[in-house]
Amino acid sequence: MDLSTILSRVQFAFTVGYHYIFPQITMGLAFLIVLLKTLYLIKKDERYNISARFWAKIFATSFVLGVVTGIPMEFQFGTNWARFSAYAGDIIAQTLAMEGAFAFFLESAFLGVFLFGEKVFGQRVHWLAAVMVWLGTWASGAFIVASNAWMQHPVGYTIAGNRLHISNYWEVLLNPWIFPQYLHTMSGAVITGAFIMAGLGAYYLLARSHVDYGRIFVTLGVIVGLIASVIQLYPSGDLEGQQVAKYQPAKLAAFEGLFHTEQGAGIVILGQPNTATGQLDNPLIVPKVLSFLTYRRWEAVVKGLDAFPPNQRPDSIELLYYSYHIMVGLGTFFIPIMGVACLLWLWKRRLFTTRWMLWILMLATPFPIIANTAGWFTTELGRQPWIIYGLLPTAQGSSANLSAGNVLFTLLGFAGMYLLLGLLYVVLSVTEALKGPESGEGEEAEVVEEGGLPGLATGTVAEG
Amino acid sequence: MATLWFILVAFMLTMYVLLDGFDLGAGIIHLMAARTDQERRLILRAIGPVWDGNEVWIIAAGGTLFFTFPVLYASSFSGFYLPLCIVLWLLMWRGVSIELRSRVPSPVWASFWDGMFFLGSTLLAIFYGAALANVIRGVPLDEHGVFFEPLWTDFNPFSKTPGILDWYTILIGLMAASTLTMHGSAYIARKTDGVLNERARRILRISWPITILLTVVSTIATFAVQPQIYASFNARPWGAIFPLVAFIGLLGVGHFAFRNRDLAAFFSSCAFIAGMLASSAFGLYPDVLPAVNPAHSLTVDNASGSPYGLTVGLVWWLIGIVLAVIYFVFTYRLFWGKVTAKGEYGGY
Repeated sequence: MDLSTILSRVQFAFTVGYHYIFPQITMGLAFLIVLLKTLYLIKKDERYNISARFWAKIFATSFVLGVVTGIPMEFQFGTNWARFSAYAGDIIAQTLAMEGAFAFFLESAFLGVFLFGEKVFGQRVHWLAAVMVWLGTWASGAFIVASNAWMQHPVGYTIAGNRLHISNYWEVLLNPWIFPQYLHTMSGAVITGAFIMAGLGAYYLLARSHVDYGRIFVTLGVIVGLIASVIQLYPSGDLEGQQVAKYQPAKLAAFEGLFHTEQGAGIVILGQPNTATGQLDNPLIVPKVLSFLTYRRWEAVVKGLDAFPPNQRPDSIELLYYSYHIMVGLGTFFIPIMGVACLLWLWKRRLFTTRWMLWILMLATPFPIIANTAGWFTTELGRQPWIIYGLLPTAQGSSANLSAGNVLFTLLGFAGMYLLLGLLYVVLSVTEALKGPESGEGEEAEVVEEGGLPGLATGTVAEG
Repeated sequence: MATLWFILVAFMLTMYVLLDGFDLGAGIIHLMAARTDQERRLILRAIGPVWDGNEVWIIAAGGTLFFTFPVLYASSFSGFYLPLCIVLWLLMWRGVSIELRSRVPSPVWASFWDGMFFLGSTLLAIFYGAALANVIRGVPLDEHGVFFEPLWTDFNPFSKTPGILDWYTILIGLMAASTLTMHGSAYIARKTDGVLNERARRILRISWPITILLTVVSTIATFAVQPQIYASFNARPWGAIFPLVAFIGLLGVGHFAFRNRDLAAFFSSCAFIAGMLASSAFGLYPDVLPAVNPAHSLTVDNASGSPYGLTVGLVWWLIGIVLAVIYFVFTYRLFWGKVTAKGEYGGY
């Protein structure tokens, strides 16, 4: 693999990894905002509505960052992966273009209504706008997962000379790979949103400021967080594991650091893969569990990396192994964290005064983002050395006309720009969070007294 | 079918230029038209609820181009690698400057982002013009349909190894900037009252003759640089309708600008831009990316996707675009009318 291709891989991994911080927040928060807005309509408690508005502000900042960092993703297929785009564009771009047509237009239109239209259209339409924004963000996720699923498990194509042609649209859209991956990705996003909500609520309770809202955020965060964390492990994580075992056995072997084919293979808790000696250093292994999880039989044979020729194995086994273990390890911890928090909540609402639990919730906030990022590293590094599994090697998918110097130039440019964007995002979000949900509520009231949007009433006669 | 898609992609790109064009134009005139913090917020409010939706058109057009002309997408995006990445950075930075400007109550912070908004918008307008000019002039495609253009070589459009920037593409870039200044000032004039409205109208009246001048010069240059355009109009004379629309549109801008009919001036400007883009597309057809050596040009036939893919795509595309138009009509109706100093549109 030449340097230009390696740099293109690094650039894509960096830009998409960075980008995905924001969609997971917006997809998670969009769902939680719908819940808050619904609770408001049911309970008629203004605090839920103020909460929804407050999270809409955090959502909006994240959404802007998601949009601006998302534009380069589509472009990079053409700029850095031209041979892949020419080879598979007839198929892969169908789902990518559908995202634009069905999700982005929906999101951008209803986000405007959701952020600016509450007073004009009233509560029911505002609720509907929240639901549409949520559906838009999740539809966006569905099309992206469909695109990725096709690269993991290509279906519905014919080979026409040196290019692929789509042969069955519905096969591509209903690729069996999509469902588990979509469920896993969406519940991962909900976990991120729930941990952020619970974490900020815990901070409010610990700091004894905005306590009413702290309770709402913690309650909603831990209940939704527990449900999503459980779904993340079972059924979605389990289904994904089975799918990988069936279609991408070399990926599974690299996940587990399984260098040699074994009967009754164990699951690795700790250890460092040593590709030079082909073994795991300092291993801590629970015997036979991997065989059972994969094939539901304790004595099943699991193929190790030695069952595959070297050019069919993932090319960054160490990073892949750690990504997988960080994802699974963190994901496993999320369940007891949210489980204990829920029990404390059920036990006469002791959660609100149990300071050690609140500390844990607050400090746990960034970990779902790490777990989600590690999850994408897992699935993408595991697909290597293929850009389209079994059809096109990554080394043959990059743009042949790019010099390494040009790619490094843009990689450094993206790195510098994203560093600045990240600093801005953190500063603005933290400022907003510290101000609390009630900030800005005074201005709202003032406008209501004046009777809403003047533009609507007078705008049509403005020409002369 | 490929020809139909050529028209549809051209339509989407035109929609993008018409819509994002006015908020780019708003950025270009931002520092000139609006002097105080209050006035600058008003300009941002005038585009705030819609700029993001406008930008979706380029993403949607990009995706559509990708599946309908995969070979063109691969070839042009990798060949225009450097300018595209720079355009991406400008798009990001400009989007952020709109959204973050009013988040911190500090005049230094606000001034910084005002400057960035102006710079990002202006450079984008010039780069878009230069990009279009590169497609018209042709690129050094080889027999595999691959090329790579550096940012500049010898600034000569007739060179065998042209760069992104030469005197022709820079000329078109300036014309684009002037056109979007006109387009954006008509929009801002229509959305505002009082002193802001007056200044926008003044900019409109100044940018109009400049645009006329640049249009005449660049039209002559275009016929010199790309003979295919003349051949196309000669072979299919009915295509003269497109330059005619542009011509009437340009006349209309001046006509309405001096009668203070801002909305009519804005729609005239739309007609001018759409007419010019349609003329370019019509003139290039059947090429989608002409090559310096015409034997290597990418055409609607050798760059398009499979017939089945194009047919299936048409079904969902039509559904999607109808929905998108409904959303847009709805959003623009909601935010119709002049913007005012009251904070009804949220945080700008």
